[in-house]
Amino acid sequence: MHHTDYLLQALVYFGAAALFVPIFHKLGLGSVLGYLVAGTAIGPWGARLVSDPAVVAQVSEFGVVLLLFLVGLELNPQRLWSLRRAIFGLGALQVGLTIAAVIALAAVLGQTRSAAIVLGMAAAMSSTAIALQLLAERNLTKTEAGQSAFAVALFQDLSVIPLLLVLASLAPSATAQDGFSLIRLGQAVLVIGAMVLVGRLALRPVLRWIAAIGMREIFIAFALFLIVGSAWLTQAVGLSMALGSFVAGVLLADSEYRMELEVDIDPFKGLLLGLFFIAVGMSIDVGLILSSPLRVAALALAVVAIKLAVLLLLARLFRLSREDSWIFALSISQVGEFAFVLIGPAAASGVLEPRLGALANAVVAVSMLSTPLLFLAFERWVRPHLSPGRKRSADPIDERNPVIVAGVGRFGQIVARTLMGRGCSVTIIDHDPNQVDLLRRFGFRAHYGDASRPDVLEAAGVASTRLLVLAMDDPAAVLATARHVRERYPDVQMVARVHGRLDAIDLVREGVPVVRETFGASLQAAQAALVALGEHPYQARLAVERFRRHDEALLREQAALEADNDARYVALANEGRERLAALLAREQRPGTGGDEGANW
Amino acid sequence: MTSTNGGFNALSHGFSHDGNPGRGLCAQVVMKSTVRTAPAPRLYDPPMSVLIVCAHPDLPHSRVNAALFAAARGLPDVTTTDLYGAYPDFFIDVPAEQAALAAHDTIVLQHPLYWYSVPALLKHWIDHVLLQGWAYGPGGTRLQGKRWAHALSTGGQPASYTAEGLHRHTLAEFLTPLHRTATLCSMRWLDPFVTPDADRLAPADIDAAAAAYRAWLQAL
Repeated sequence: MHHTDYLLQALVYFGAAALFVPIFHKLGLGSVLGYLVAGTAIGPWGARLVSDPAVVAQVSEFGVVLLLFLVGLELNPQRLWSLRRAIFGLGALQVGLTIAAVIALAAVLGQTRSAAIVLGMAAAMSSTAIALQLLAERNLTKTEAGQSAFAVALFQDLSVIPLLLVLASLAPSATAQDGFSLIRLGQAVLVIGAMVLVGRLALRPVLRWIAAIGMREIFIAFALFLIVGSAWLTQAVGLSMALGSFVAGVLLADSEYRMELEVDIDPFKGLLLGLFFIAVGMSIDVGLILSSPLRVAALALAVVAIKLAVLLLLARLFRLSREDSWIFALSISQVGEFAFVLIGPAAASGVLEPRLGALANAVVAVSMLSTPLLFLAFERWVRPHLSPGRKRSADPIDERNPVIVAGVGRFGQIVARTLMGRGCSVTIIDHDPNQVDLLRRFGFRAHYGDASRPDVLEAAGVASTRLLVLAMDDPAAVLATARHVRERYPDVQMVARVHGRLDAIDLVREGVPVVRETFGASLQAAQAALVALGEHPYQARLAVERFRRHDEALLREQAALEADNDARYVALANEGRERLAALLAREQRPGTGGDEGANW
Repeated sequence: MTSTNGGFNALSHGFSHDGNPGRGLCAQVVMKSTVRTAPAPRLYDPPMSVLIVCAHPDLPHSRVNAALFAAARGLPDVTTTDLYGAYPDFFIDVPAEQAALAAHDTIVLQHPLYWYSVPALLKHWIDHVLLQGWAYGPGGTRLQGKRWAHALSTGGQPASYTAEGLHRHTLAEFLTPLHRTATLCSMRWLDPFVTPDADRLAPADIDAAAAAYRAWLQAL
């Protein structure tokens, strides 16, 4: 192949991505679907711009290789330990139950025992790439749903090794070159053992040596060399390249260079994931799908339905909330890229008939295509009915307390606990059912409800309360509630949590005392910094208090101005800076800035 | 009266200096002096241990008190507390302070004289640490027999602390409430170590004052 062909190929990939992904993103369909469609469009069944199947396969597998290195890099011992219940409970049950269910389905459809087992194992796998991308796009990675999905995907990654061994034992000719012979298995174990050993002993000194040179691109080059090298090693003994890079990732997961590796490899990650999705899109056998569309669709539907059913059942078992359950189940309801890794060799070694293998691949691809669409459908039609407001009506509140704390997350709970510690009775309202249940378990009388709704506030007894603490997360809700209460119940005092300066100004105009949520913490950090630099603790404290008063005075002045008078804002800010500069200059002159007179 | 060596101890107008240097107990037991963060665990009660509670709002930049404080920190059996440094937000760890008091024989309150009295945090410390039932009153015997001394610096000339001087009263008169406090806690009042004219001392005078402070502490 001439190098101009490579250029042309690259042009096609980047062009397709740049064309389709923004369109799908704008349409609200997500980038994953965009990449998949882009791949299909340029692939052998679309515009045939990329028609060399060997290139398709290589590109596809290198995407997985890099993905798995990053997945491995995430797998440090602490992370594994904190997720152990989800990984080995949820994950093992998901893999086991899905395998069993799909084997049953395959048996009903008249497949051989070996074929049924392979199909079951393939179907149990989900796409880490699709799941993590979907969750990350929606900022759900850190939620319970996201963590659970990650844990299951992690267990699936781990279970690939035993599943490959099962696959090897199913191969009819154990001595065949292309199968997994026992000798090859022995080699594989030896190679991985050697990788682990060498990695443990040599990798860190080498990395340290390379890092000490201080050339970042050489560090990155070495990381890529490591990934490709380990991928090549495992491939040489008949395992997947992905497995090799995964091991390399795990080996580096607890090294001191993990963060640096992550940061350095991260720029590649987005593009390579895109490439991977494009490769999946290209691999979709549109011809096969078109020749028997109902069959492929029905099978894909059946597999996704089985996976969803298993996942929803497990989510219930592991006490996820209903919304979390759906997000968790949908995000990993597709069959993943590991299925290709399992189906390919199975078809090659004769465990699966070639036509069945092709059909299975098509079903896998369609199931991958289904996930972004299912997610969209869920968000449009199912989630609104699950949203807390509908799912659970506000709890009736029969207490009448002098204080209502609305919102008891990180912020409000400190306020509530401090007040309760002083013997003050507090009515707690929060719109997160999990938070409410948690607080109740610890004996707090928390009530579920959206405090920004006038009827909920009224039910909580706002009319007879002395103080309302507005500690909700949403600045708009805080402002709206403050305005409502100021108007309807002028006698009720309020303390409002705000995020930034502009929110603060809005509320100060309403006459509501505000607490900027990071202001106090920032001042504490400033004080700690001054002390660290050798300032006397009391002087550091005074400096910080002076700054607090200065800044709060400025805030009040800003609030007193008309909202749309931008020019005066700027002028005031500048004036404030000058005043602070004068203040600071005065403090630096010995003998004049002291608060306690002469310094003797 | 000289303005150099030896002059400072004798400048305590209205007080007769309790100069009794013959005791020498401290010199026999060489222990590392400690800067107290928490009550230091002690294997045994060393003879005549001294706790210096220093109250200056900006100790590192003070002229006299920093020098005195630094001089004291090198001494055996002397524990020092920078009160403003330990409690910049005025929230005093009462149990820790009481434990420190209980562990020492002599309490030296080192401070500049602010408005004829102690700096605010030291007063705050007295209010919160010397509690009824602990320091005084029924059952309040924990400080009984210990000794209470001030090491204070004044801005004025010695002559200003006289009936005829600028301030119209002696230092002893100004310190009456503190003297009474010590007495109420069944503590023995020692004459204060006074560094007068603190805002005008030359560096050599400050060194001399520090040396005198060391000698005074060792003689306690």
